[in-house]
Amino acid sequence: MVGCGAVGSLFAANLGTLEEVEVWAFDLSREHVEAINRDGLRLTGAGEVVGKVNATTDPAELPACDFGIVATKAMHTDSAISATAHAFAAGCVATVQNGIGNEEVLARHVARVIRGTTFPAGKLIAPGVVQWDVKGDTTLGPFEPQPAPGAEIERLAEAATRAGMPTHAVADARGPQWRKVIFNAATNPLGALTGLTHGRVCGETPLRRLASQLVEEGKAVASAQGIELDSDPEELIDFAARPEVAYGHKASMLQDVEARRQTEVDFLNGGIVEFGRRYGVPTPGHEMIWALVKGVEASWAH
Amino acid sequence: MITRVCVAGSGVIGSLLAGHLAQVSEVSVLARREEHARALNEHGLTVSGRVELHQSVVAATDPAALPEPDLVLVCCKGTDLDAVGTRLAGHFPSARVMTLQNGLGADEIVGRHGAWPLLAAVTFMSGTRHSDTSVEYILDTATWIGPSRGTTGEDAREVAELIRSSGLKADGFDDLRPMQWSKLIFNATVNGVAALTGLPHEPRFAQLDEAGDLGHLVLGLIDEGKAVAAAAGIALAEDPWEMNVHATRRGSRHSPSMLEDVEAHRPTEIELINGSLLREAARVGVPVPLQETIYRLVKAKETSWE
Repeated sequence: MVGCGAVGSLFAANLGTLEEVEVWAFDLSREHVEAINRDGLRLTGAGEVVGKVNATTDPAELPACDFGIVATKAMHTDSAISATAHAFAAGCVATVQNGIGNEEVLARHVARVIRGTTFPAGKLIAPGVVQWDVKGDTTLGPFEPQPAPGAEIERLAEAATRAGMPTHAVADARGPQWRKVIFNAATNPLGALTGLTHGRVCGETPLRRLASQLVEEGKAVASAQGIELDSDPEELIDFAARPEVAYGHKASMLQDVEARRQTEVDFLNGGIVEFGRRYGVPTPGHEMIWALVKGVEASWAH
Repeated sequence: MITRVCVAGSGVIGSLLAGHLAQVSEVSVLARREEHARALNEHGLTVSGRVELHQSVVAATDPAALPEPDLVLVCCKGTDLDAVGTRLAGHFPSARVMTLQNGLGADEIVGRHGAWPLLAAVTFMSGTRHSDTSVEYILDTATWIGPSRGTTGEDAREVAELIRSSGLKADGFDDLRPMQWSKLIFNATVNGVAALTGLPHEPRFAQLDEAGDLGHLVLGLIDEGKAVAAAAGIALAEDPWEMNVHATRRGSRHSPSMLEDVEAHRPTEIELINGSLLREAARVGVPVPLQETIYRLVKAKETSWE
């Protein structure tokens, strides 16, 4: 596991319950790593799990692995994989990160890459302990220019599913990925710019319409690449706005802005803009939102 | 002859005008808060910075307690216009009333409360308020005045002459719209972007070097505003983009009022500024998707602290 934050911990802890799987986790938080090695990696909430995980802050300690799963924030992909690539010289590396463009970064450092999208979510509540907020599916497929073999992708999906993280191996994983990216890019920055929770973003009619405009632009960019979305991001937006789902949820980008941490906007709206340019699809809405969130990040320097 | 002036609303602009005009006319201040009126009556008004002035003024929260003025300068925040109009209603029937707010339509809002002849102005003066009785004069840029209901360019020039005689810069025009719209487009853009990003107005707003630079968004917003002005038949006095470039080069890193309002969780002037631009755009049938997005986001941001 490369990056053992909230999402990384969900995978690592669950996989760590399997007898035959040896899980290693690379993370920069010394406290978190020490707690994991001392007490195991604990999940609480949607599932109660304690997984056996070998954690380290030193990439040189990693043994040769069959699989890597990268779960850092998107802006840290390059540094994380360049530090750990040696462990995957004979293995396959999957990304379960947000946004577009992570696979391309991985492919610069490792030979066999798995495109992935995951919906479960949680948050780190103490060193070695993660609150599991939402269960959900993960989809894995080959990264087309530098694919992992199909049988290997299936092997990873089977293990993850058996461990408690339902995972599907598919031939084309771009549909789920773009559905999630479009969902995130159309809603997260609106929360981040206004301070509103997901449900309140959807409750403000003009803002919900703005989200729909952003969804339309994103769909056009996906369709220009021949990507078929596995379902409509609009449905996901309305589903998430239900009181029992994520009405009161502050998008991760809003949490980042409130904590003055760099956001993933470059890989969400920025990614859609980049792919739009590449395929000749105009994306003025995403360009604007991207510029505004970059402006927010720049304001912290003052 | 204008010998008595009432300044309604004494924030930065109101205080700068009151302090200066008190040298050449009899100035009264219509304050919102009782303690503010009391402080002004006791200590007078001090203007520092580019000048050193100390003037006594008569202040009250009730217009009935003030001498009958020849001219009322409405200097409150745009969000308080209706309240100030309500308080002026039934008073000062022989006075001309001039509004100095950002955006469009401040004169109309006040005009609903009485039959006074109206004037409208845009001002680029700036300063910092240090207390209820002390303001610092920072930017000595001009105030532009034009006629509105029941007035002509003559009235505008007469008021401009009075303001000039007090040491401030002012000009009167037959038609204010070329200046008013230049500032409207500038404010709708710069204030909106600042309010959403938290950035003061700084060189980044004019930066166009790389694809993601903020200047592209600012330029896009300004271009939409210019298209609305063109369709409305208004020849802008100044190019709002040039105003933006010029202001960011001054190096003062000015915090637009809308950013200050957002930081203090106060209602902003979004309706008077961006709202009026959108209404004009709809009237002349020009699409302004970027400006509309700014408007929606700022309106939504206001609800986040309600």
